[in-house]
Amino acid sequence: MAMTDSGAAFVEFDRVQKSYDGETLVVKDLNLQIAKGEFVTMLGPSGSGKTTCLMMLAGFETATHGEIRLGGVSINDIPPHKRGIGMVFQSYALFPHMTVGENLSFPLEVRGMGKSEREEKVKRALDMVQMGDFALRRPAQLSGGQQQRIALARALVFEPQVVLMDEPLGALDKQLREHMQFEIKHLHESLGITVVYVTHDQSEALTMSDRVAVFENGRIQQLAPPADLYERPENSFVAQFIGENNKLPGTVVALDGDNSKTEGKIATVKLEDGATCEALAVKCGGPGSKTLVSIRPERVSVSAEPGPNSTTAQVLELIYLGDHIRCRLNVHGNDEFVVKVPNAAGHKHLVVGETTQVTWDAEDARALDPL
Amino acid sequence: MKKILILTTALTGFAFAATAEEEVTVMSWGGAYTKSQVEAYHKPFTAETAIKVVSVDADNPATPIKAQVEAGNVTIDVADVEFSDAIRLCDEGLLEEIDPSILPPAPDGTPAIKDFIDGAIQDCAVANIVWSTVFAYNKDNVKGTPTSIADFFDTGKFPGKRGLRKSAKATLEMALMADGVPADKVYEILNTPEGVDRAFAKLDTIKDDIVWWEAGAQPPQLLADGEVVMSTAYNGRIFNAAVAESQPLEVVWDGQILDFDLFVIPKGAPNKDNAMKFIAFATSTKSLADQASYISYGPARKSSGALVGMYQDGKTEMAPHMPTAEANLSNALVNNFEFWVDHDAELNERFNAWLAK
Amino acid sequence: MVDATTNPTNTGLTTADGKPLKAALAHAQARSRRRAFLLVLPLLLFIVITFIVPIGQMLKRSVYNDGFTVQRNLTTGEKTPIMVNLAKWFDENPAGTEPDEAAFAALVEDLKQLKELRAAGQAGTRINYELSGSRSLFTQGARKAKKLQPPYKEALLELNPKWNDPKLWQVMRSASSNFTGTFFLAATDRTRDADGNIQSVEENRQIYLKLFWRTLKLSVLITVLTLILAYPIAHLLATLPLRYSNLLMIFVLLPFWTSLLVRTTSWMILLQSQGVLNDAMVAMGLISDGNRIQMMYNQTGTVIAMTHILLPFMVLPLYSVMRPINPSYVRAARSLGATSWTAFRRIYFPQTVPGIAAGGLLVFILAVGYYITPALVGGSDGTLISNLIAFHMQKSLNWSMAAALASLLLGGILILYWLYDRLVGIDNLKLG
Repeated sequence: MAMTDSGAAFVEFDRVQKSYDGETLVVKDLNLQIAKGEFVTMLGPSGSGKTTCLMMLAGFETATHGEIRLGGVSINDIPPHKRGIGMVFQSYALFPHMTVGENLSFPLEVRGMGKSEREEKVKRALDMVQMGDFALRRPAQLSGGQQQRIALARALVFEPQVVLMDEPLGALDKQLREHMQFEIKHLHESLGITVVYVTHDQSEALTMSDRVAVFENGRIQQLAPPADLYERPENSFVAQFIGENNKLPGTVVALDGDNSKTEGKIATVKLEDGATCEALAVKCGGPGSKTLVSIRPERVSVSAEPGPNSTTAQVLELIYLGDHIRCRLNVHGNDEFVVKVPNAAGHKHLVVGETTQVTWDAEDARALDPL
Repeated sequence: MKKILILTTALTGFAFAATAEEEVTVMSWGGAYTKSQVEAYHKPFTAETAIKVVSVDADNPATPIKAQVEAGNVTIDVADVEFSDAIRLCDEGLLEEIDPSILPPAPDGTPAIKDFIDGAIQDCAVANIVWSTVFAYNKDNVKGTPTSIADFFDTGKFPGKRGLRKSAKATLEMALMADGVPADKVYEILNTPEGVDRAFAKLDTIKDDIVWWEAGAQPPQLLADGEVVMSTAYNGRIFNAAVAESQPLEVVWDGQILDFDLFVIPKGAPNKDNAMKFIAFATSTKSLADQASYISYGPARKSSGALVGMYQDGKTEMAPHMPTAEANLSNALVNNFEFWVDHDAELNERFNAWLAK
Repeated sequence: MVDATTNPTNTGLTTADGKPLKAALAHAQARSRRRAFLLVLPLLLFIVITFIVPIGQMLKRSVYNDGFTVQRNLTTGEKTPIMVNLAKWFDENPAGTEPDEAAFAALVEDLKQLKELRAAGQAGTRINYELSGSRSLFTQGARKAKKLQPPYKEALLELNPKWNDPKLWQVMRSASSNFTGTFFLAATDRTRDADGNIQSVEENRQIYLKLFWRTLKLSVLITVLTLILAYPIAHLLATLPLRYSNLLMIFVLLPFWTSLLVRTTSWMILLQSQGVLNDAMVAMGLISDGNRIQMMYNQTGTVIAMTHILLPFMVLPLYSVMRPINPSYVRAARSLGATSWTAFRRIYFPQTVPGIAAGGLLVFILAVGYYITPALVGGSDGTLISNLIAFHMQKSLNWSMAAALASLLLGGILILYWLYDRLVGIDNLKLG
């Protein structure tokens, strides 16, 4: 599903910039192509510019520079109500003075649709979100999850080409949120609509999306399918923002291009405690440049097996989590080095204070840009 | 209150002296008005009779009278009240009757009952001052010199807005006088339906040019602002604006309507005899004339007019500013309280209906 | 639980020491309830003393007046019935009976008593409310009553022929009963003729209905004007960032901190014919000096000044309703395909209706009862009904009349309130 050919882009941001005060850019040179039927998530911390992008797409904010296209046509000058984009708000924005049925009927009414047709579509949309019996209720009489479904149904009832969702699950509790993630994903697949989804919750992004755009400081740091994002972060920010991550700062001392097992080069990095380790060079300079070696906790194994990255580690803390045990270790002078030890037979039983050996593959360690 | 306290202390101190000091308590309105009375009445009275005068002030001296008489604990001997209160309190039996024969005659021997302006002596009250509703004009804004009440109603001769008090009282009388009714026939005519119609018909001729006022402070302001060229007003207010504030305002006395402030004695006053003496003294020709040099309200006696002196500034002759000055009384009307008690409601209803038309 | 199951006679639960749980709960709650009641007691007393009792007295006064039946001795507080002989004659003879010698004899007897009690002014005032010119009739009659000789009818008529006025006798008959509808009749420009039939007063005295109607009209106009002016400003206040809206709010509230008289006077200075606005227009050549526009001392002045004075009462409820309206509602509507006008009309506006209703009700009720401003700037045609209530309270001292007018006003407002409840629903009211 990933976009490669910009000619087939359905939603396209072309060198879009946005500034509110004329001094700082909230969105810096945004280029993004989304294919028809794709589920793209904009993920990032608050203030990273993701919501502003969504609002520009919806038409509530104007781009300071650049062009936004929908189906190949520039929509910069088209007012929101003519864009035909459905939107689900974080607050749901269900009209409190209308019943659920009237809420759903509203977009059809303003399009001048006849009564019988409206009723039929409203019914179908409500059935779609399993809320068929609630047409006569007021939004205030519904639970958070129910309101969420109604908001979803309302954004879909007029069959828009694109549906935007602005942190739609933010107000729900964990269990309900996970359930709704599944339902939204399911609706997306069955209806074949294009979804642009904004969230700051990485697990939500990873679960639902075809591709995730990680925002930081007004830029897309990485745009990739979830698995790539987790396993092959392209820079320190993404590595740190997505999932858990052990960081070892150091300096590149050598680059080895001869290693045939990997696509990239293997860099030899001198760490702060003087030891060296090997890591896959992803985003680092030549010898002498600073770098940050990033290793996922589950890629580190507690074993005495010798290797280039084998080192001693002191056990500082153990947290029992059922399926695995979370160990906090001191590795290469880093007190926050975390290792996940599966709670399975044959694994070593660690004790706090003991010194043990840990190791990881050079391909699992990524030498990224320094922070 | 403080004065009473000081006096009480003094009296206690002298209680051992052989003779108990005689006194009389007089209640008035305070401010410059009380001051004028202290200078003109109280001090000379004490000097002549050795009766101490205790001066007490109230917002409206009529109010404590009712309360004190009802409670059977009267501390005031003399009070200075408005006409309507004097009549009402008398009607309700709260006042001592005052025999007019105790009042001294004029220096030329005219008996008091003839010397006082008509209506100034009532069953339970004797007037000391006269204030009046007059009309005044702004010299800078009026072309020519209005001289009569008819001029006030003549917008052809003197174009411009007119200020009038939003009340039937005084307004209807002035309308009739402007229409040629002599002062002594005003209430007689106003007592007939035709007379009322006549007054309203006269008012109709200037209705569109009237700016209505309600508070006494408004007319001098309206005149000074040029909002109106002529306005009815209380004479003291115009005097104050013209003399103290040097505004170009001039009073026209023709068709003025006089009202009284009167001395009364509450029923059961502790020093009733002294109170009678005080009233007789204070309403003598000379006392009334003396008071007029402190404030621009007229003495209630005709004979006092000639004796009125200078205003405090030492250069303004008071006499011409008195409502009671002989020259100003040529066409003057004394407010008829009885008439208004009878017809206030009816005429004001009619007046309001006329306004709303 | 154990107790409850082992004790078949008591089906309810009990506490650990065996008391019924319900009783224990009631006991525990009674104490907190008593405490809560004691906390509100001062306010309750205050409201009863300063609000309910006076309003009750006002309502009573509008239909009750004993000026012609009872005299209170001011020294002792003792009440003496007056006009008893006449009242007896009225009892014995039905309405419309020609007053005979017996009636006049009774009247003279009562007049003598009035003289003794010094109650002639009071009794005359009561009759004067309904028949102008009667007060002096009574004071004069009482003064001379002692000297009158039978036949009393001739004697009295000789004293003053007005004593034979059938209208007078009708009024005295109605006044000899303490309860009367006279004041309500008068408050609606009606009266009773000599036969007791209700009829309108002469046209040139009809004032109250006209003023009620004008008060209603001007109050509605002022309410609509404040709404039109307040709606945009309240919206701005609600949507601006807090630091700007706070500043703007101070400007809105500024009039609140200024004395009403000062504000009214400033309007006079601004709007009068020699005022700032007229001067400016003359200076700009918009109008000639001779044709200055009269904006003060008429209805225009009343409407302008009152609209300004009452504006904050509309802004604040609107603001308090608009502030919590999430901007995403309008955005949602826009994204669903509504034009900005449709979004306003269908989504934003309906959510502000409670504020409009609250502000409207507040401004309307305040406008209906306003009297200082119309008194100062109203001139002849900007006077409202409250000015006449004040007139009867302060000048004519006919409190029964003032009470009747005020009761009608109160009744009118209650009817409007009821209509409002039916149309908008009182639970939709939101004052902030």
